[in-house]
Amino acid sequence: MGTVFSFDVRGGDPDAVQAALAEAVAGLHRVDAVFSTYRENSQISRLARDELTVAECDPEVAEVLELGAEAERTSDGWFSLRYEGRLDPTGIVKGWAVERAARQLLRAGATGVSLNGGGDVQLLGTPGPQRPWRVGVADPLRPGGLAAVVSAAGTSELAVATSGTAERGAHIVDPRTGRSAVTDLVAVTVVTPSVTWADCWATAAFAMGSREGLRWLESLPDVEALLITAGDEVRCTGGLASRLG
Amino acid sequence: MHALRKNHPLRRIVLASAATVSGMVLLLSLKPHDTPAAIAVTSPSANPSTAPSAAGTGTFTGDSVQTRWGPVQVRITVKGGKLTDVTAVAYPSDNPRDQEINSYALPRLRTEALQAQSADIDTVSGATYTSDGYRQSLQSALDSATG
Repeated sequence: MGTVFSFDVRGGDPDAVQAALAEAVAGLHRVDAVFSTYRENSQISRLARDELTVAECDPEVAEVLELGAEAERTSDGWFSLRYEGRLDPTGIVKGWAVERAARQLLRAGATGVSLNGGGDVQLLGTPGPQRPWRVGVADPLRPGGLAAVVSAAGTSELAVATSGTAERGAHIVDPRTGRSAVTDLVAVTVVTPSVTWADCWATAAFAMGSREGLRWLESLPDVEALLITAGDEVRCTGGLASRLG
Repeated sequence: MHALRKNHPLRRIVLASAATVSGMVLLLSLKPHDTPAAIAVTSPSANPSTAPSAAGTGTFTGDSVQTRWGPVQVRITVKGGKLTDVTAVAYPSDNPRDQEINSYALPRLRTEALQAQSADIDTVSGATYTSDGYRQSLQSALDSATG
């Protein structure tokens, strides 16, 4: 399984930005090497087999596990760092890596960054003086259609992440049963400043289903969301309208 | 997908680097929790099947990207810096399920790519999965076109 990361970087000194880009890409490779559950010798695989302690891993491992534990608490266990009883922080690593890479580019002097990691997007700054970043939300039920367009107007940090059933069937697990989540949803899109959290909350809310998911998302500060059910109903948090453009 | 709309130098640099990115990424094993499968990572270099002709015009073929179900490869047509068509030249079709998926997924991805450009958006958020290979090949085709 591969995913594609698309960087869109504006402004800044081209040499500095290109150096930062190379560094960000190298960082993503490192994240893969350290965190992949598909690699037998990754630190995460070895940690799961008790061959390493967290203290013996790269410091990023402790950081990610701490964020994951926070996501588990906030979602009352609907987001989980484990799969089939085994340590598996996959659900948080991608968002965390995307956010970190985007911030690296901003620190290097870019004035606008849009980083899309497999459909999860972190926006920082603006693409230009005249317009905000705009992100289409793919409509899971209409080939080629967009369910909404999210605008980052008025904010310098925004993330848009979507979880849902894929063409190959459900791939989100209900941590309580260990099986595919029984849900009436086909997609949940979360809009919040950080893609680390946007991705976690979308995954957790998807597993919860539309009713509980929407109620829970409404309770989170600075989080808006769009939920699409298998019956083609669209449900939104109260403040989402202000983010649509 | 919107990439062809703008042409300033920095953007080209970034797109060129994005080819490296799309080559790397077997990343993170991602959300799906099915049978783990080893996937070959494709070479990072984009290999345009046709040499870029007049700026932003021509047909460009993306890298063949290995996915769990087989290789995916797309070809794009660009006129005057605008993406006018996307076709899949290789995609998994070994079994009826593949064919069923392709019958709606490929047209969908094509329209999505073209629409991203017309809706004045910078990128698309979605729970894509099998489409990753498509996107990856598309990105390398775009890189060839703008590089």
